[in-house]
Amino acid sequence: MTGKRLGPILTALAAVGAGFVVLAIGLAASGYDPVVALGALGRGAFGSWYAFGSATLVRAIPLILLGLGVALAFRGGALNIGAEGQFYAGAIAATWVGIHVAAWPSGLAIGAVWSAAAVAGVIWISVPVLLKVRFGVMEVISTLLLNFVAEAAVSYAVTGPLQEAKRVYPQSDPIAATARLPLLPGSRLHGGIVVAVVLAVILWVLFTRTRWGFRLKAAGLSPEAARVSGGIPVLRVVAGALLWSGALAGLGGGVEISGVTYTLFQNLSPGYGFTAIAVALLARLNPLGIILSGTLFGALEAGAQGMQREAGVPAVAVQVAEATIILAVLLAEVLARRAAARSISAPDPA
Amino acid sequence: MTGEAAVLAGFLAAAIRISTPLLLAATGEMLNERAGVINLGIEGAMLAGALASAVGAAAGGPWAGTLGAVAAGLIVAGIFATVAIGARCDQIISGTAITLGSVGLTGAIYRRAFGSGGPGLSLPTFPSVPIPGLSKLPVLGPALFDQPVLTYVAWILVPVAWWFLFRTWWGLALRATGESADAARASGVPVRRVQMLATVTGGAMAGLAGATLVLAQVGTFAEKMTAGRGFIAIAIVVLGRWRPAGVLLAALLFGSASALQFAFQAMGLTVPYQLFLVMPYGLALLALAGGVGRAKAPAGLGKPA
Repeated sequence: MTGKRLGPILTALAAVGAGFVVLAIGLAASGYDPVVALGALGRGAFGSWYAFGSATLVRAIPLILLGLGVALAFRGGALNIGAEGQFYAGAIAATWVGIHVAAWPSGLAIGAVWSAAAVAGVIWISVPVLLKVRFGVMEVISTLLLNFVAEAAVSYAVTGPLQEAKRVYPQSDPIAATARLPLLPGSRLHGGIVVAVVLAVILWVLFTRTRWGFRLKAAGLSPEAARVSGGIPVLRVVAGALLWSGALAGLGGGVEISGVTYTLFQNLSPGYGFTAIAVALLARLNPLGIILSGTLFGALEAGAQGMQREAGVPAVAVQVAEATIILAVLLAEVLARRAAARSISAPDPA
Repeated sequence: MTGEAAVLAGFLAAAIRISTPLLLAATGEMLNERAGVINLGIEGAMLAGALASAVGAAAGGPWAGTLGAVAAGLIVAGIFATVAIGARCDQIISGTAITLGSVGLTGAIYRRAFGSGGPGLSLPTFPSVPIPGLSKLPVLGPALFDQPVLTYVAWILVPVAWWFLFRTWWGLALRATGESADAARASGVPVRRVQMLATVTGGAMAGLAGATLVLAQVGTFAEKMTAGRGFIAIAIVVLGRWRPAGVLLAALLFGSASALQFAFQAMGLTVPYQLFLVMPYGLALLALAGGVGRAKAPAGLGKPA
């Protein structure tokens, strides 16, 4: 039992270790001092309470929400590579609603902003879902392509309909005070962390304790068997999972607007939608694990900013570590499968 | 030339220039998809090729840049092939990770090689090479026959790919691998080796596509400059129904859609520029919706062999 629980954690730690080793090699090969750079990264993420609470955890919030969204789709065997686009769709809707709710009570305003964000995420992913159900288009490519459309939509919004009243910078006016999330005093940590953790727990219960969770898993593991012997309407289950996945990613955009930036601008996300894939895979699509892996990648993103400030290494370099972690997790799964196959075929030594 | 003819010639020339990197990347991706391997890492290979071409060209001229780009594409696709074919990991997720890592590494190297003041970077690029006689044809001449040499290379590779796929034993082995790896293996095809070779060839062509972007189109490197062109190339393969001539036509369609921007500007029409920005992606989605239903993908696409 302990071995079974420990296995995934050790694998995850090994994957993260591999990620840092490859990042260090990559930095050294590009002509940076890896010790200086990684030191700055560590300080940026964990160097002080402010670094941890106001940088690491603040970045963990969208990563947990988007990671949950990605995991939800992946569980059903659907690869939503478009969380970035759904995040932006949610952010646009949240900003638009948030500007117009100044007269509302705060709870209602925040609820409206988040609902709009989640709905926008659903609308954004409904195109790939429709293409998949109606025409059999792989959701991988359609969700991926829509990321670029979403970025262009943000660019249009902040230079057109949503641009600030002064019309100086390509950004929106800030959302109403009523739509902003409460902050933990003395920090930038906002109430979104509660939402992220609560949703993770809810999803964990849904995944492991309900018929829906079982059907989703069955559809993901073997669609053919689920359909034929399980009588599960696979396409409907998977389409539903994709729509909910879009809702979570869209909500992530709304929470970022209402908790962190209050305004919409281009490059709002440093690639959260892609990092979320690493978050979900490192946690093996387990929602409770995503709380941990989301925090870890939040630290990586926060540390990346520190690395850029202190060591002059572009923050984007940490994507090398993220990519390595994804590949290491994939490799570990393949190795585990092979080991399992060997232990079945080999005669039992006892 | 009259005004309309000049606009048309300019439009065609731009369409062909813009479609060249797409054509190269898509022809390469078509090869590995025909072998049953879908490589989302070609976006990363193209980006690595673009940066390598900039570094190489700054050091030793455009041909050195081209060579560096091909090598970079080979390496990136080689890493993908090791993970996805060698270790049989999920191709989609491996490819996504490879692209993610390429964005990170190129960003770091670029800042180190050229500093943060990137736009000041000026590179030796490929000039247009007019083909004697043909380039004097009205309208079509300057569009088709007054292009940088890499454009001609891209066009020549189309019949070469056709000849290879449909007229050689290795082409047959490659297609058999993509349709049914087991059947191909049973008839003596070294399935994994075929997939590996097809994938690194595809990567080399994606690298070359990156070089085209930098050395024959934009003239400089910028972070994330491929902007999803590798993914669009994958949509082009679908629209072109995994056939060389189809891929050529599909690439031209995408090039034309993007080139409309210049035609509109020349005609003095004002439309939000974001509309042109999204045109290729919207077109790709339409292409997937319209093309997938009837076209047949290689039966073994994406499945580990």
